[in-house]
Parts: sequence; C-alpha cells; structure tokens
Amino acid sequence: MTENLIETIDLHKSFAIKGKETLHVLKGVTEHIAKGEVVSIIGPSGGGKSTFLRCLNLLETPESGKIIFEGVEITGEKVDINLHRQKMGMVFQHFNVFPHLSVMKNITLAPVLLGKRTQAEADEQAESLLSRVGLLDKKDEHPSRLSGGQKQRLAIVRALAMEPDVMLFDEPTSALDPEMVGEVLDVIKALVKSGMTSVIVTHEMGFAREVSDRILFMDGGIIAESGKPDDIMNRPQNPRTKEFLSKVLY
Amino acid sequence: MNYFSNIVKIMQKYWQVFLLQGVSYTLLLSLLTVAFGAVLGLLLYLGRSVRFKPLNWLCIAIVEIIRGTPMLLQLYVGYFIVPKILPFPVTEFASVAVALCINSGCYVSEIFRSGIQAVDRGQTEAARSLGLNGRQTMMRIILPQAIKNILPALGNEFIMIIKDTSLASTFFVGELMTACLKVRGNTFLALECMTIVGVIYFVLTFILSKLLGAFERRLKAHD
Repeated sequence: MTENLIETIDLHKSFAIKGKETLHVLKGVTEHIAKGEVVSIIGPSGGGKSTFLRCLNLLETPESGKIIFEGVEITGEKVDINLHRQKMGMVFQHFNVFPHLSVMKNITLAPVLLGKRTQAEADEQAESLLSRVGLLDKKDEHPSRLSGGQKQRLAIVRALAMEPDVMLFDEPTSALDPEMVGEVLDVIKALVKSGMTSVIVTHEMGFAREVSDRILFMDGGIIAESGKPDDIMNRPQNPRTKEFLSKVLY
Repeated sequence: MNYFSNIVKIMQKYWQVFLLQGVSYTLLLSLLTVAFGAVLGLLLYLGRSVRFKPLNWLCIAIVEIIRGTPMLLQLYVGYFIVPKILPFPVTEFASVAVALCINSGCYVSEIFRSGIQAVDRGQTEAARSLGLNGRQTMMRIILPQAIKNILPALGNEFIMIIKDTSLASTFFVGELMTACLKVRGNTFLALECMTIVGVIYFVLTFILSKLLGAFERRLKAHD
C-alpha cells in the first residue's frame, strides 16, 4: 500500500447565492491521493470538480469534513495553512500570473519572500526552470508580452519554484487558444513523467487518459466513479459516466 | 475696450491679492485637503474592510452621509461645530479645512476601495496558493497593481478639490474666490474680477492635469 499524500474525508461545501438560496456543491467527498499518483478529475460543469480541487489547498473552506495533507489535518484549528500551501502548487484556468512583475520576478517572488532561497539562488533556479519550458529568452519580459500558452507555462514554473509535493491543475488549458493547448500539455506531461504527484481537473479526455494513473468522474457533488483510465473510458459502470462520455467523446 | 483695460488696471493694483494671497491659500487648502483626505480615506477604507461589523457600518455610514449631502452644508457645519468641539481656539481657515478634509476623505476611501477591488480575485488566489499570507499578498501583489487604478482617480480628486475650495470663500478664508469677492467690493468690477480668478483656476488645474497625465503615462510605460 502506497503512502497517502492527500486524504479527504466526507467533504461538504455549499455556496450562498443571493442570500437565501444555497447551492450544495460538494456532498461528501472521500478520496485518497497517493504519493506519486496522477489523478485526473473529469465530469460535467457544476459537478464540483474545481471546488473539490480548490478545497485541497483551502482556497475554498469546506463546511464539514477533513483534509489530511502529509499526515496533518489542515482543516483543523491552529494550522498555519500558509506553510502547507507552500507544498501544494496550483495552476489556474486563467493563469493568474502577476502582471506588474517580470517573468523572473513572478517566479522568484515567493521563494525569496518566504525565506526559502536567497535572490541569487532563486534566480539560478528560475533560469533553469525557464529553460526547461522553453521560456528562457523571455525572462526579462513582463507577462503582457507573453501569449496565453507562455503565460500558463510561466504559471506552472512559478508553482514549481516552491518545490511542491503535489501540483493541482484547475482546467489548465480551458482558457487557451486551441493551437496553444499542446505546448502546455507537453509541459504537464513531462512534469508528471518526472514523478510529480498531480491532481488535474480537465476537459482534455485524451490527455487525461494518457497521463493519469486514475480518473475520477465527478457529478452532482460526489465522485460518481473512479478507476483506471482504460476502465473509465472504455467500460464505464455508472450510467452518468456513460452519458457524459458519450457526449464528449464523439 | 474698457473690459480689458479694467482687467489690466485691476491686476496692476491687486495682483498681490490674487496671485500671492489667493493662489497660495487655495493651494495650501488643496494640499492640506489632499494630504489629510488621503490619510482619512485610507483609514475609512481600512475601517470598512476589517472583520468588525460595527466599525464597518460606522465607516459606511460616514461615507454615505458625506457623499449624500452638499459640500456647502458640510462647510457650514464645520465652520460652526469644529470651534465648539475642539478645546483650543481654531481659525476659520482651520475649521473649513477640517470640513474639506472629511469630505475629501470619503471620496478618497471610495477611490481606494474601487481601485483595490478592480484587481482580479485570481491574483489573490495565486499569491495565497504560493503560501503568501494576507499581508504579503496585499503589499506585494494587490497594492502595486491597485496603485495604477488609484493614482489617476486620486489626481482627478486633487483637481476637483482645487475647484471645490472656492466654496470656502463663503467664510472669507482668503483663497482665490475670497480675493475675487474682496477686489470686487473695492472696485465694483464684478465681471473683470471673475474673469481673473477664472483664468487662474483654469491655469492651476490645467497645469496639474497635464502633470498627472505625464505621470500616468510613465506608470503605464512599465506595463
């Protein structure tokens, strides 16, 4: 049995809409993510995929349930979540690179500010990361001069500079022009191959199938089905998985 | 033309009243208002954003009341109330300045609020996801971006204040409009006096807006 890196127990989350109505987005999600595992989460919009992912580093606070990360219950009281977030890299749909900072500063800000590295060490690390994703020639540019795909590669590198133990990807290619999807997926693929534990919310079915150890199908606030990519894609058991796949795999 | 020769004559005799006394009082009053207004605006903004409901409500109430009542009324209130509540004697100039500062502070707090809110929420999320705490996120990520939204609006507020100080002439505090009223009283040449102060106000605000424009372009150049 491999070691659990992240464990969630019966997560519930709802959002208030216009005061009265509440939208119950997560209805008890219990899941384990092992060290080194690559998990993709697929499912229809509004099914709770992104909310689940954002709960993992507490960008959303679940109402009830537990999240245990590296043996620490981060949903507990008196936990300095900032320390644990340093170990969880996150990549967003809309990149969220810092427009007022140069490419280098985007990467080195957090490691230097949080006392992980000196500026010189961080610069050196940033340059080697940038060359890995083919952005070294852009290191002194501001993000406004980058294309969407370049911004997302920068965002990935920014997260990696903190040397996280897990990477969370929240629809990393959904906001990209089609011709730029490939370059970002290639970077993620290389990362995953190097053994990085990853949780990927995605609509790229082919990609999910190729890189994942396991695929979770989320619908209606629960994990409706979970299994090996081949089983989920070719032999889905749950009727909702079947229906979803029949719509997206034409 | 009598009109133009009158203006020349007025300026020859009263230029000190306009250019020395009037302009310096107007600029002094504006600078005080901008400086203390910015400080008060920041305090009001912080008062609205901390997690303490009664303070939030108090600050919101102050801002709404000041924004919803005429400035002249506020100046009257300041003129009559400030000397009564302060334990030491204050000049009319100071009383009016206090009222102007409070008025400006409320508008400035709105400028801060909208400038900070205009920064995309994703920026906060990205910073927090890297492990930065709330204060680091505000100082290193949000404020540097918000400044670009805030400064132009703050510049406009400065220009508005220069014009708004003319209301202080109701209390004869010595700024440009007071100078106009004084000289008009001595010469009975209303149109000429108004032309002179109109031109001075315009020159002041025009120079300021050009300076601010150049400053804004320099900020934008870094984007």
